[in-house]
Amino acid sequence: MIQDKDKEELRVRSIRNGSVIDHITAGNALNVLRILGISGITAAIVSVAMNVPSKKLAFGRKDIVKIEDRELVPAEVDKIALIAPEATINIIRDFEVTQKKSVILPDLITNVVRCPNLNCISNSPEPIYSKFKVLDSFALRCDYCETIIDNDIATYLI
Amino acid sequence: MRDLTRDDVDFVLDYAEKMMPCAKAGAQLLQGRILALLFFEPSTRTQLSFDTAMKRLGGSTLNLTTGESSVLKGETLSDTIRVAGEYADAIVLRHPREGAARMASEVSSVPVINGGDGAGHHPTQTLLDLFTIRKESHLHDLDIALLGDLKYGRTAHSLVYALNMYDANITLVAPEGLQMPKHIVSTLNSVRLSEDIDEVIRDVDVLYVTRIQKERFPDPNEYLRVAKSYRLAVPVLEGVRDNLIIMHPLPRVDEIAQEVDQTKYAKYFKQAFYGIPVRMALLAILLNGVT
Repeated sequence: MIQDKDKEELRVRSIRNGSVIDHITAGNALNVLRILGISGITAAIVSVAMNVPSKKLAFGRKDIVKIEDRELVPAEVDKIALIAPEATINIIRDFEVTQKKSVILPDLITNVVRCPNLNCISNSPEPIYSKFKVLDSFALRCDYCETIIDNDIATYLI
Repeated sequence: MRDLTRDDVDFVLDYAEKMMPCAKAGAQLLQGRILALLFFEPSTRTQLSFDTAMKRLGGSTLNLTTGESSVLKGETLSDTIRVAGEYADAIVLRHPREGAARMASEVSSVPVINGGDGAGHHPTQTLLDLFTIRKESHLHDLDIALLGDLKYGRTAHSLVYALNMYDANITLVAPEGLQMPKHIVSTLNSVRLSEDIDEVIRDVDVLYVTRIQKERFPDPNEYLRVAKSYRLAVPVLEGVRDNLIIMHPLPRVDEIAQEVDQTKYAKYFKQAFYGIPVRMALLAILLNGVT
């Protein structure tokens, strides 16, 4: 008899080496790929599962992303916290989970989110990256023009 | 203004008080020092008063306006700032984009003073506004109303941040569509919103009037809808507190009637003068390392 957990694993096959991003807020798998710079022309083998039943997340649904032969580094992992604060990252080597990490939102995020204020200096041709301070309320404040993003952060992902 | 504490502000205001006797007579505190005035937007008072302040302190200035700069050849602001920093001991920057001064401070080798960044902030105006309030009214237990374009008016944005440090009771009076951005309002401790100056003018010590800034409106129709939507005239002043002062960062268009100038309440020209001792204080602190 196949257990629930096994059923879940069967939706997307196990990977030999790479990263599994689990417990992504449902509907945000494709945004996670954007944050990681994975586009349709990437060479990596990427598996995406959306709206998988979950007991842990609100609304009982989650997304999962598996990226083969790429181990995510902390800076990449923390950016994911912007849109999926409950996500976990498993690093897989030879089918075994060798590291399991939660995402931690950094105090300052650089070159991840575009400022919604079109007149902000960070939206000009100056050789600078966008910079946002992360506020306690999970909102972001532009370090240049102080515009606040307090909802729908995914809309502003670069 | 967010970078300054109340102690920092008090320090500047106290130093400005010391500069008052020198604001006309001058002092040789910054002899041989050079201040670059980089103004990418029109300015009268800010540019002239920084120029005056530096010269009153015995220093000299370099003036650059967009029409004659390498910006027309496609140079980035970052490069202009780096070059100016090689020539001058400090830079005053006014730029149409929000956050320009902060970016400039990241690439500059010398201190950068924000002389106004788009619809963002104008902190030196705020310091002279506070100085005016302290000299002509009081900062403690202050009731103040800000009237006008509070959406695009950068002087208003910086001022309310600072007033909040002094626990002022702030009333924001703006026509519909020109209210202060909510991310600023949400940071204020004691704030009331209104659309009618008649409702509030008899309850305040200071009335701070701003111009509707046509140049900031992305949509000309939006400007036409609100232009001339308020005007302060003498009859409106009936029954106000005896010690009321009326301030305005200038330039004025028609939001304050000329005859108000003759009343005892009008302090906006004195306010413009206070820009000199306040900017002298800032320059002396930055360039002479006064602590």
